[in-house]
Amino acid sequence: MSGTYLGMPSFPRAAASSTRDMRLRGNLRHATHTIRAKRAQAVEELGDWAQLRAAGAALKNRTLRHLDHYLEQLETAVTGAGGQVHWARDAEEANRIVADLVRETGESDVVKVKSMATQETGLNEALAKAGISAYETDLAELIVQLGDDLPSHILVPAIHRNRDQIRDIFREKMGSWGRAAPKNLSDDPAELAEAARLHLREKFLNAKVGISGANFMVAETGTLVVVESEGNGRMCLTLPETLISVVGIEKIVPTWQDLEVFLQTLPRSSTAERMNPYTSTWTGTTDEDGPSAFHLVLLDNGRTDTLADTVGRQALRCIRCSACLNVCPVYERAGGHAYGSPYPGPIGAILTPQLRGMQSELDASLPYASSLCGACYEVCPVAIDIPEVLVHLRERVVEGGTATVRGQRTTIKPAKGHAAERAVMRAARWTFEHPRAMRTGQRIASRTRRLTPRRLPLPGPGRAWSDSRDIPRPAPESFRDWWRRTRGSGSAGSGREGGDAR
Amino acid sequence: MRVALFITCVNDTLYPRTGQAVVTLLERLGVEVGFPEGQSCCGQPQFNTGYRKEAVPLARRYADVFRDYDHVVVPSGSCAAMVRDNYPRIDAEATQGAVARTYELTEFLVDVLGVTDVGAYYPHTVTYHPTCHGLRMLGLGDRPRRLLEAVKGLRLVELEGAEECCGFGGTFAVKNADVSAAMGADKARHIEETDAEAVCTVDNSCLMHIGGTLTRRGAATRPVHIAEILAGTEEARL
Repeated sequence: MSGTYLGMPSFPRAAASSTRDMRLRGNLRHATHTIRAKRAQAVEELGDWAQLRAAGAALKNRTLRHLDHYLEQLETAVTGAGGQVHWARDAEEANRIVADLVRETGESDVVKVKSMATQETGLNEALAKAGISAYETDLAELIVQLGDDLPSHILVPAIHRNRDQIRDIFREKMGSWGRAAPKNLSDDPAELAEAARLHLREKFLNAKVGISGANFMVAETGTLVVVESEGNGRMCLTLPETLISVVGIEKIVPTWQDLEVFLQTLPRSSTAERMNPYTSTWTGTTDEDGPSAFHLVLLDNGRTDTLADTVGRQALRCIRCSACLNVCPVYERAGGHAYGSPYPGPIGAILTPQLRGMQSELDASLPYASSLCGACYEVCPVAIDIPEVLVHLRERVVEGGTATVRGQRTTIKPAKGHAAERAVMRAARWTFEHPRAMRTGQRIASRTRRLTPRRLPLPGPGRAWSDSRDIPRPAPESFRDWWRRTRGSGSAGSGREGGDAR
Repeated sequence: MRVALFITCVNDTLYPRTGQAVVTLLERLGVEVGFPEGQSCCGQPQFNTGYRKEAVPLARRYADVFRDYDHVVVPSGSCAAMVRDNYPRIDAEATQGAVARTYELTEFLVDVLGVTDVGAYYPHTVTYHPTCHGLRMLGLGDRPRRLLEAVKGLRLVELEGAEECCGFGGTFAVKNADVSAAMGADKARHIEETDAEAVCTVDNSCLMHIGGTLTRRGAATRPVHIAEILAGTEEARL
């Protein structure tokens, strides 16, 4: 059984150990830089990328504004096509619905195609408690599951592993989950893929129940869409008798035609492919073809609360392409696990605290897991202004404010541990509001500059800074004083003194 | 043309030479510059750390202090970006005029004064790090490079991974010290690999982080603000 995100430390603490793991850093650097360069090329090919990006953002915005309407339309269409729709308010409810549906089939094994929604709800663990074994069939998810590990990337959940590590995991663990890996398995990618293929083929042919996620849901037709590279998803979607799809309510688009935009932007942004190898669509059930029972579990789990936030809601536009992870310098050094959620990287830093709330130390630290360099915003195919949302959420962390929690408007208290920082910020404002006091401070700093050590032996922020960098010394004379000395107080066109006379 | 300098709190206290270089440069180009002493901080550290309320009076003060000028010149990409990108989110009405009048130094030179050759002389090998806010929020494009390429004696060398963040990020450098240091180390390594005598940016805050990392590593490359390169001439080297 795979690991759990529960009880993970705050981002800076988790990241501190990953920055020292040179193998992890090497694996991540290699993978993200390769895909980064390819993505740029694939995007460059399209003359109308800027328009596609704007269209994708506008489409998602409009859909989110009328989400209630489109969800009802979807339910009607799915039901009309022979499917059944279930509404899940939170993770627990979603897991209970799925476990009950599997029990009704009398089966105790299910195959799964990569679904972030079920990773978010911890479905595999919940099914295990109900005596049901869930087998991940996406290659990377399989590696994660066999390695008793957690995914660390949206698109490449095992990005943190290199092929030596994968060979070891296959050799040691495959046998206890099904067909064992060959004893002489090498780290050759083709051999590893073949071992996985044989192992998974057995699972597909025996499975009576499949569980999937979806990239998109089309409201007008009730169609679900999965895009993938391996074909394992298509096996899961077509071979079992019962198909259960667990999908976040935000993954909806109004019409079939709207897919046109996303089927261009998603593959180019994620795998740098012009078109993904497999695009599977399914609408309810079809006689004598594919699953005879279809269930759609629509998952809220914090999404309508997120929708209530006019700045933060743009995170719900996300189409899970992972381009923001691949360009993020913080993700590259910290690794995906440090984010403590199935959604790592920049998008995770804004999505997770909104979906889960910011009560835990980890969730309150996520909005700070960015240098605000803006590379994520630049590559986002639906133009999510991630830096804007990060700053917005930081304000909620330090100042509290109103937010919607489980449908109720609530006043949130500031997160713990920011009192000293808040005091410093307020004191700084007072100083900046009184430039004369600021000048006095500068003069004191200048006169004592020789006392400022380049490294600080003390704990606290200075220590964190000076562990790896020399601390700058205040200048002997501030610019202000230089200006006064050389130009006199009345500067050429000095304009307003801006209230310094107080 | 009434032009005011916004020297920024970091430049004022830690790097006054940059401010002096801006004055030298602009006056050489025939611009009469003023320095309203009521100016203080743009409010970026507060705003970006989540203390929006603390940034509100600073944004209004900025708008007030620079009200009577045609242009405000800022030798910092990130402070200029704070004004242009974030003031509208803080108080759009009160800051509207100031936002429209604010220029980062290289923008002012190229877009307002219409110069790329400022008559500078700097006989050194230089590599250029485009800071994130200059690159992505202000969209400075090749303006700084064009200015540098026109400097007599200057040899510009390419920097690997130039467009990647150096890891400073204001309070990020303290709150996520380990990741920040790891990013800084990679940036410093790439800078060292260029063998340049100086690394240049449009921002002293990034340079403070990069320079502190370089000196700790015992590297020979020194950090220099673009204004200090552009201010020097054959007659008067800085």
